[in-house]
Amino acid sequence: MTRVASALFSRLVIIIPYAWLLFFFLIPFFIVFRISLSQTAVAMPPYTPVFDLFGGLTGILDKAREFSFDNYVWLTEDVLYFNAYVSSVIIAGVSTVLTLLIAYPVAYGMAKAPKTIRPTLLMLVILPFWTSFLIRVYAWIAILKPEGLLNQFLMSINVIDQPLIILNTNWAIYIGIVYSYLPFMVLPIYSSLEKMDHTLTEAALDLGCTPFTAFWRVTFPLSLAGVVAGCLLVFIPAVGEFVIPDLLGGSETLMIGKTLWNEFNANRDWPVSSAVATILLLILVLPIVYFQNAQAKADGEGR
Amino acid sequence: MKSLGSIRRSFAPWADPASKPFISVKNVTKRFGDFTAVDDLSLDIYTREFFALLGASGCGKSTLLRMLAGFEQPTSGEIILDGQSLAGIPPYRRPVNMMFQSYALFPHMTVENNIAFGLKQDGMPKADIAARVAQMLKLVKLEKFSQRKPHQLSGGQRQRVALARSLAKRPKVLLLDEPLGALDKKLREETQFELMDLQQELGLTFVVVTHDQEEAMTMADRIAVMSHGKVVQVATPAEIYEAPNSRFVADFIGDVNIFEGAVSGAEGGYVRLEGTNGFPIRMASPETPATGGKSAVAVRPEKIRVSRQPPAHAPVNAVQGEIWDIGYLGDMTVFHVRLKDGRVIKASSLNAVRAVEDPLGYDQEVWVSFGEDAGVVLKD
Repeated sequence: MTRVASALFSRLVIIIPYAWLLFFFLIPFFIVFRISLSQTAVAMPPYTPVFDLFGGLTGILDKAREFSFDNYVWLTEDVLYFNAYVSSVIIAGVSTVLTLLIAYPVAYGMAKAPKTIRPTLLMLVILPFWTSFLIRVYAWIAILKPEGLLNQFLMSINVIDQPLIILNTNWAIYIGIVYSYLPFMVLPIYSSLEKMDHTLTEAALDLGCTPFTAFWRVTFPLSLAGVVAGCLLVFIPAVGEFVIPDLLGGSETLMIGKTLWNEFNANRDWPVSSAVATILLLILVLPIVYFQNAQAKADGEGR
Repeated sequence: MKSLGSIRRSFAPWADPASKPFISVKNVTKRFGDFTAVDDLSLDIYTREFFALLGASGCGKSTLLRMLAGFEQPTSGEIILDGQSLAGIPPYRRPVNMMFQSYALFPHMTVENNIAFGLKQDGMPKADIAARVAQMLKLVKLEKFSQRKPHQLSGGQRQRVALARSLAKRPKVLLLDEPLGALDKKLREETQFELMDLQQELGLTFVVVTHDQEEAMTMADRIAVMSHGKVVQVATPAEIYEAPNSRFVADFIGDVNIFEGAVSGAEGGYVRLEGTNGFPIRMASPETPATGGKSAVAVRPEKIRVSRQPPAHAPVNAVQGEIWDIGYLGDMTVFHVRLKDGRVIKASSLNAVRAVEDPLGYDQEVWVSFGEDAGVVLKD
């Protein structure tokens, strides 16, 4: 009896993550996808067709005939969307590279720090999360604006005599994204560096590597898993980022998150914004699935 | 390998005052904060020698090895290799290679690439690298495994990859940190002899760190017994075993019975002790300690006889007791004989014949005795 119970329990445990994915990812996605096939309408909700469960099966099938891919066609007709996707991917890509360049040395330093102070350093990396994300982005406005802290400081030490225009440019977006997502890059890299056997570096030195080549031939390749995880954790949310470009970026900055927000709130065009969201998901998911498969294959060959 | 065996027997450059040491450790001290890991240590190692640093954990043997490799710098003193001071030379410019206790194989590289790592780093031409790697794989009998990753190998195979990698650059000196520590007993014993053959074949100088006295005795030409950052004795395995220079060494290597006493006289290369165990001792000794001073004699169990009748030389070097424990090991039998004062003497005898008539049994009254040259008079 207990065996049956424990088998049942282990099934239940497996069901939990699947149920989570079903309720919080798949079902919402299908709702969005379904809306993207609808037409906008001045109504509540602002699209048609709306399913009436009391209309019976034939009613539902009739309504389903109204579905169309018009919104997707529309996205290809207006170059605005294409440009927004491309510029989002570029901005996210550049930000990811910048984040990596800053996070790697930070993670490396943390992993090489004495064991006793590592928890403190880890705490310091996580600490900003205790403040609201929005407040921290607003703080950057105060720092970056023409009469802000940064310009005041630079002018007071006579590095510049004209205030730098950073706010409302792409630079401000890069700064905002790098700042906000840094911990997501630091933590996975740190965890991959921290568990690395330090005698591997010694072995590389022993076999003739200078400390620099030892890093490139041994330490860096072995931390790649952390680097990849960190890059995905930064790149994916950065592509769809809305708050940072809205607050720090200029009016000419085109990012898909902002476009989506405009379609949804300003134009009240739920179907088009749903189509934008669906395409965004495909843009992000397809390369990741491909990458994961490639990596699994490479692992399989090594085994 | 027979001819090499005879070379090995006559190999004793340390006894020849004309031969120059290959590695000279001169008054080296290494401190970590308040802790002195290596304390004013000096020793010489000769070309083609198989040298073992033996000691309990924390005795400073690994620190000394790491200083030879260049991972640690001496706090004071100097290490000279082949006439050149190693001071300030980083590990990647030293003509030594190390085999790590954990093997430290690069997990992201195949066996082949692990072995080729140092060669590529030196910019050796590709064809030469391939040839050298093939040679190394053959040497450690891993030809079939060249494309495997380290995690696909057994412990013994990994050990051999580590060995091949450290030998690939043909270092002048190979440093081995507990090379057999992670292997099981049977494999360890086989590998000991493989390592010895390899060292002979390649004509390299090996410095091995171990805490296993059997391993050191089997493999090494000479052993340095270390304790608290100092070398207690440097000698051949036979000398270390038969003529330990101190109670520490006698006790550390193998089993030993120690008889204490006061020196009551010395004549003609023999020392007389009035033993505290209630019997006088007469023992051969090249040096004569001062009369009246305290001294001790160390006698190995296999040099102690157990008999029912008192020996002819009784009561000198002989005492009565009763058999307390008998351990039958197959090749030999170990007796623990309890004296009247409660002390236990360990004696062992070889089981040279299959069946003994009327063997010694528990609780029997016996004599334990030893010859006049069976033991060593200890200085301290």
